[in-house]
Amino acid sequence: MPSIISVRELRKSYGDVVAADGVSFDVEAGEFFGILGPNGAGKTTTLEIIEGLRQPDGGVVTVFGQPAWPRNPGLLPRIGVQLQASSFFERLTAREQIRTFAALYRVPASRADAMLDVVGLTDSAGTRTEKLSGGQAQRLSIACALVHDPELLFLDEPTGALDPQARRNLWDLLRQISSSGRTVVLTTHHMDEAESLCDRVAIMDHGRILKAGPPAALVREIDQPLRISVQSGLISADQAGALAAAGSDQTGHDGGRQVTDDGVSLTIATRDPAAVLAGLADRDALTGLRVQGATLEDVFLSLTGREYRA
Amino acid sequence: MRNQGFASLSRAMFLGFVRDRSALVFSILLPVLFLVFFGSIYKNSTVGKINVIEVGKVALIDQAQAHGASAILKVTRTDSLSKALSDVRTGSQDVAVIQHGDTLIVRYSVADQTKDSIVNSVLSAIVQDANQAATGQAPRYTIAASQVEDKSLKGIQYVTPGLLGWALASGAAFGAAITLVSWRQNKLLRRLRLAPVSTGSVVAARIWISVAVGLIQMAVFLAIATLPYFGLKLSAAWWMGVPLVVCGILAFMSIGLLIGAFAKTQQAATSIANLIILPMAFLGGAFVPLDFAPAWVREASYVMPLRYLVTGLQNVMARGEGPASALPAIGILLGFTLVVSGIAVRVFRWDDI
Repeated sequence: MPSIISVRELRKSYGDVVAADGVSFDVEAGEFFGILGPNGAGKTTTLEIIEGLRQPDGGVVTVFGQPAWPRNPGLLPRIGVQLQASSFFERLTAREQIRTFAALYRVPASRADAMLDVVGLTDSAGTRTEKLSGGQAQRLSIACALVHDPELLFLDEPTGALDPQARRNLWDLLRQISSSGRTVVLTTHHMDEAESLCDRVAIMDHGRILKAGPPAALVREIDQPLRISVQSGLISADQAGALAAAGSDQTGHDGGRQVTDDGVSLTIATRDPAAVLAGLADRDALTGLRVQGATLEDVFLSLTGREYRA
Repeated sequence: MRNQGFASLSRAMFLGFVRDRSALVFSILLPVLFLVFFGSIYKNSTVGKINVIEVGKVALIDQAQAHGASAILKVTRTDSLSKALSDVRTGSQDVAVIQHGDTLIVRYSVADQTKDSIVNSVLSAIVQDANQAATGQAPRYTIAASQVEDKSLKGIQYVTPGLLGWALASGAAFGAAITLVSWRQNKLLRRLRLAPVSTGSVVAARIWISVAVGLIQMAVFLAIATLPYFGLKLSAAWWMGVPLVVCGILAFMSIGLLIGAFAKTQQAATSIANLIILPMAFLGGAFVPLDFAPAWVREASYVMPLRYLVTGLQNVMARGEGPASALPAIGILLGFTLVVSGIAVRVFRWDDI
């Protein structure tokens, strides 16, 4: 089965700024695909070229097997695009807003109202969009993108400025959208978001894809020790050191052995969690236990370096 | 079903307009307040009436008054030359006249040059009439000509088309510029590009709403100005004002689109539009009737599209000229629209980048 989206050697620059420098990837049907990277990495440009909004300088981009450029009106009803929470007509209510978009796609108003219900905005249907909260506006924006039931949905930084509750709420909605069999492409600079939502991510920086794959596989690939922490004072630093050393001896590793105690938590970094955990259990020192593996953020930092970028 | 996009966009834009209080204030309420204000000032007086003070008996003027000059001259009499001159100096009288034998002595102030030229031409006309009468021949041209002029001089007849033209011009230009800039800023423009709706439908909806708003402005204006209190008398071909208004709106929308193509923010768009529309209102005859304007203003007015809208409206609505008199103005406005919107399309940007 051919890919829904195929990007090959995509290049695009604005003057001296290179936004895409040989980007290649595929998105398969039903996948939740994330393009992950810091601001200015070229995510949005890549997305815009796939959507058919910009002409690439070089490379081939196809969507549903058809070229993305020039703007192909035949593709438009099959894709849904959520740009920003503020991309609305001025001074319309939520219901008027989504009905206007529905009419552009020749979709009946009843379907628009049903979509409002899906995103939980029925109670705010009569509220003007300027008065909606950030999370509500974002959900309305997604509802407008979904009103014509597209096969492929693009989301550009959907949780940008939301508070934690609104983010979780939106994630649930996005999972629900994805589980109905749609293909979703998301750009974000939130690692936790990509890790929590995406089947596969492409990590992008300076216009290049540094790495692509399922988040869990990328995390395993960097092979970082686990960090096991318990409440301080349960065991001494020496005991902890012995535990960590025992673990390393067994597996033959010697790197990554580390014990730190900041007065609140004692943390042992190890590649043999079974031995360390068993040792801690033997000493009845499991109070406040936390086991932390590497995250996508570690993957990202290992790929892009740690220097600060505004 | 083809026009569903057009219909829903029009509806969205119309709701956006009527719910925007500041747009309502600036496009309808403020011009109507101006109309009420100026209309009240001019409702009884006629702008062109000249206040003449006779010193002693001035037979020439009295004769002219008897033959119909009373329509443009308001004559009072005094025996004191010094009082007459001080009245002219302070502006309570426009001109003092004294007759010595066959010579008419005219004393006026140069404070109001426009009025001076009118005073001079009216008085010379009176002297010429008298000269002709002295030859004993029947005058071929009578002072009836000045009666027609008097009608058009009536304040409200000038004020209504002028202010209407200004209201239409700023409504159309601001509407187009601000819509374009804010839709580009909030990415709605881009969002619409990703919907299966043609650019033509978007543009057509915007034009249709601007025209509808302009016709509402026109209806409100005419309804108020024709109230007996203000006394606007619409002449027979006033309906020709409707196509004129439509063409004027197109011309000023094209200016707005051009501004919108350059401006990055709404504030910038508003300032640029003000910089263009306000001077044009003064120089194009919307605020100051061109007949009374200095010569350089009259000359400058020929490059202002607003001039053609305002004078066209005056011709068909107030001066009683035939429907065909609006055609040159319509042609010029449409030509202007073609040129400016052509440029606007070339510099148009979907995005800020």
